[in-house]
Amino acid sequence: MKKGYKNWGPPLLLIAPTIVVLGIFVYGLIGANISVSLSNRNSLVPATEFVGLDNYFALFAEERFIHSLQNLGVFTVFFIGGTMIFGFLWAWMLDKGVTAEGVFRSVFLFPMAISFVASGVVWRWLLNSAEGDRASGLNRVFENLGLDFLQNSWWNEPGWGMAAIALPAIWQLAGYVMALFLSGFRGIPEELREAARMDGATEWKLYRYVIFPQLSPVALSALIIVGHMSLKVFDLIMAITKSIYQTEVPATYLWVALTSNDYAKSATIATILLLFVAVVIVPYLIYTARAEKRQG
Amino acid sequence: MRKPLSMIAGAVALGLVLAGCSSTPSSDPDNADQVEVFTWWASGSEKVGLDALVGVFNEQNPDIEFINASVAGGAGSNAKAALASRLESNDPPDTFQAHAGAELTDYINAGQLQDLSSFYQENGLTDVFPESLIERITVDGAIYSVPSNIHRANVVWANTQVLEDAGIDPMAAPADIDAWLVDLKKLKDAGVETPLALGTEWTQMQLFENVLIADLGAEGYSGLWTGDTSWDDAGVETAIGHYGELLEYTNSDFAGLDWDAATQIVLDGNAAYNVMGDWAESAFQQAGWTYDNEYTTWATPGTDGVFDFLADSFTLSVGAPHEAAAIDWLTTISSAEGQKAFNLAKGSIPARTDTVAADYPAYQQTAITSFGEDTVVSSLAHGAAASIAWSGDISSAIGKFGADRDAASLLSGLVAAADKAQG
Repeated sequence: MKKGYKNWGPPLLLIAPTIVVLGIFVYGLIGANISVSLSNRNSLVPATEFVGLDNYFALFAEERFIHSLQNLGVFTVFFIGGTMIFGFLWAWMLDKGVTAEGVFRSVFLFPMAISFVASGVVWRWLLNSAEGDRASGLNRVFENLGLDFLQNSWWNEPGWGMAAIALPAIWQLAGYVMALFLSGFRGIPEELREAARMDGATEWKLYRYVIFPQLSPVALSALIIVGHMSLKVFDLIMAITKSIYQTEVPATYLWVALTSNDYAKSATIATILLLFVAVVIVPYLIYTARAEKRQG
Repeated sequence: MRKPLSMIAGAVALGLVLAGCSSTPSSDPDNADQVEVFTWWASGSEKVGLDALVGVFNEQNPDIEFINASVAGGAGSNAKAALASRLESNDPPDTFQAHAGAELTDYINAGQLQDLSSFYQENGLTDVFPESLIERITVDGAIYSVPSNIHRANVVWANTQVLEDAGIDPMAAPADIDAWLVDLKKLKDAGVETPLALGTEWTQMQLFENVLIADLGAEGYSGLWTGDTSWDDAGVETAIGHYGELLEYTNSDFAGLDWDAATQIVLDGNAAYNVMGDWAESAFQQAGWTYDNEYTTWATPGTDGVFDFLADSFTLSVGAPHEAAAIDWLTTISSAEGQKAFNLAKGSIPARTDTVAADYPAYQQTAITSFGEDTVVSSLAHGAAASIAWSGDISSAIGKFGADRDAASLLSGLVAAADKAQG
């Protein structure tokens, strides 16, 4: 018995503070948040009753919330697509061997060091939607280059405007995805490529059957990391447009609801966002846990 | 070597914490000679105004210590969040700043504000504040706040040069929105691409409320907020039509511009008009322009004789630790002396009608005259007309219209918002 305690006692003691803090400040507060979302705390007046899922039904019946989900969808598709394509492309080119690889690697990675708020302030100006005489930012560049037809209203465009918001996000995170892919490329032993070439594989077949399968775990990690960042995008949008209808996503809507004292609604949006992120993350966690088990 | 170093680090950290605590005097419930005043006036002309007000307060009440509990940032949104958590934990400041009017609804419903109508009676405020203002801030027979300064939201700021170049007399205000649209067309034909400068969502809401006042009249507009005017009234439909036409003359990038950037377009001569609250005056002053010379103002066409008001005001919290001192603070704010000191510094006008207009700059003089004579209505864009949740819904519907110009959807959005708020 004494020996048993010595075995599990100290490690437990060591992680106990973490467990307590996580228990209270993460899981406890998630619980509190969910309980607010199930109450009628729609103003400063304290909750008086349990309303079940009413807040959820009300939210999904709202044109405004659906619109914010559509915006999030457009943003996510372009953000993930853009970072994956550019990240892969850059990593592939660097892997092909260029001079001064370190310089390029740093150049592509640098934007990640800037906070979304700081870059958002700059992009707010770059993506200014004025055209013609009052044009500034990118529209002014196009005008000066004689490429007037490229001038557009960026995020001000109804429908696809959120794709413009994805531009700065792609600019910031494509370098990170590149780093992930590059380490993936580097992790593939040269012997595998040589063996494939010996067997007479063409370059395309080499990628299709040897390189891509080796890269898929990296691609999955990149997808998860970028995907969950996309779902909770807030700071970038607040910095570029502030909270307005055209660029509203659930996270900014949550903030609006919170500042207008509708606690139940903001808790509901928060819970929905948590579920979205869980849908992305949980399968990934299961997948990695299984992979680790397999490797023993 | 390691231990002393960590001790020094610890001592430094502790010192910083203590320094952080001691830099502001804290509110002590047992000390009656204190008053804790919560505002978001932490910078710029607002800070100057608050300091002037505190100067008058200290003169009138030399024994009372003023505790400044201002929270900076986010145009008041940070302060409101901080305030909500203090009220929640039953630790209210003695008095806090809030927009006068319907924005107080949430606090009133939550039972966090004291009725001040007897304070109004004792200090004779019912006689010196305009009757229509009193009417606007009375909720079920009770008054919950004391306005410190008044702003007007139905003002057109016009660049006289641009208007003269297009052959329009800048001093003659168009009689109504239709006449204004004729002038806007004339400007556009004369080569002014974007005659009407507009900014982000709340400035759109402000323009829309101006059009509503013009098309429904003061009484009809005020009825929108009490339920006496229905939101599917034909006048609202006309207003949406007018508003849509006005948007045709605005800068296309309005959704991304803050109000000062929109006013700047007028200053740059790229637009002739901007509908903006009278804090825009400071932008024209800073540019060195003189009233009725380089620029002029008139009430938005169709709203002549109406004063679309918004005001900052102070409340008395339920459970205020220093209630007597808080009432002294409210007395200073409502006094002629306090209002003058504050408003001269902030660039707004006093809520009292016994103001000597000659003490104020040119624009404010016109505002003081109108405030004394006109019908006062509550501004939607600034929290006087509708509760926070309601005006949030309206703001969203108007932002949507700015993007898709779907009039039917705006009307149904407005009706739905009203049903939700009044139902």
